[in-house]
Amino acid sequence: MYNFDLIRPSTLEEAVKALGQDEAQALGGGQTLIPTLKQRLAMPETLVSLSGIDAIKGVCVHDDGRLSIGGGTTHATVAREAAAHYPGLAALAASIGDPAVRARGTIGGSLANNDPSACYPAAALGSGATIVTNAREIAADDYFQGMFTTALDDGEIITEVRFPVPEAAAYQKFEQPASRFALVGVFVARYADGVRVAVTGASEEGVFRWSEAEAALSSNFAADALKDLSVPADGMIGDLHGTPDYRAHLVKVLTGRAVAAAS
Amino acid sequence: MTSVTMTVNGKSVSGEVEGRTLLVDFLREGQGLTGTHVGCDTSQCGACVVHVDGEPVKACSIFAAEADGAEVTTIEGMANPDGSLGTIQQAFQDHHGLQCGFCTPGMVMSAAALLQENPKPSEAEIRDYLEGNICRCTGYHNIVKAIMAASGQDVSAVAAE
Repeated sequence: MYNFDLIRPSTLEEAVKALGQDEAQALGGGQTLIPTLKQRLAMPETLVSLSGIDAIKGVCVHDDGRLSIGGGTTHATVAREAAAHYPGLAALAASIGDPAVRARGTIGGSLANNDPSACYPAAALGSGATIVTNAREIAADDYFQGMFTTALDDGEIITEVRFPVPEAAAYQKFEQPASRFALVGVFVARYADGVRVAVTGASEEGVFRWSEAEAALSSNFAADALKDLSVPADGMIGDLHGTPDYRAHLVKVLTGRAVAAAS
Repeated sequence: MTSVTMTVNGKSVSGEVEGRTLLVDFLREGQGLTGTHVGCDTSQCGACVVHVDGEPVKACSIFAAEADGAEVTTIEGMANPDGSLGTIQQAFQDHHGLQCGFCTPGMVMSAAALLQENPKPSEAEIRDYLEGNICRCTGYHNIVKAIMAASGQDVSAVAAE
């Protein structure tokens, strides 16, 4: 690895200031970024580790029932501490990577990177979450802007993610057998005012909502409600692991499984 | 260079590190604790698993500076104070849970983390927990058996020798 300065502030203010420097990059849990640095696919001059900022860690429930997760909270912590309030989300966190990855990787890091095969973007979009940064609040529907692209400005830090807790929800993924990333993953959440369905791993545009399925499931929350729907293969990822048609097919299969798991 | 201080296997240690110094390099080269292995260096194989503040972490995918102030336990910290093998290590020996031994430090550290969180895991739970630890000899059956035995459970039902 080439060298860089690593700084580890203990407050958000110091981190924001440090990220104002040229060629500075935030470091969450590092489970994607550190391998990326080793390959020199990213070469920041300064890395600003967010791991020392206690104020952006933790899980809590607001008075209005929303679940709030600090941006620096690890997947392991979400898996443990969100289980009682939002089991579908906790189960998703418990299925990311492996135990050692979950002990370091953070929700803020995952959402900021917006890998097209990452799990958390499906939960955030599927729950209609709000991404809170040091500067503003961004609705999930406006936040995800394509593969590895988000509404975040340079140096902006995810401090918190607020999830409205659904009546029922589940995430199902088909793991790519080598990397264990989601070849396709689908998060389904049923709220009093309708169902949301978010798909990761499939599209060249990154995570997206499958609106036809949302409409069908909002009137009948059963896997059977999907039977006449199909997902177009246009714009789906095609690679050695699966063709666009294969991924499109998986979207429907996994949506059905998620509905069955949530029912 | 920045200076870091952490507790490694109960002993306070300090050293000067670069930003890019990985925890595994600090342990192996800085502290001479070469029991922690570097297998893939891409966080796939788990040979470098150590505990940082009680949680299993791949030491190739955390910078030494990020462990400043932390409590770190490595495979060298798993033996009993008199130098004899700890329970999990002994179970690996008794059940032939290692062949070439390269993955063993990471396997033992992951097993210890699992048993802390789940003292009586099922065979399926053990296999699931070891998802991030790869044994190139493919000796998984006896590794699983060793972990079952270390947790005080009957191992006769565990699949194949």
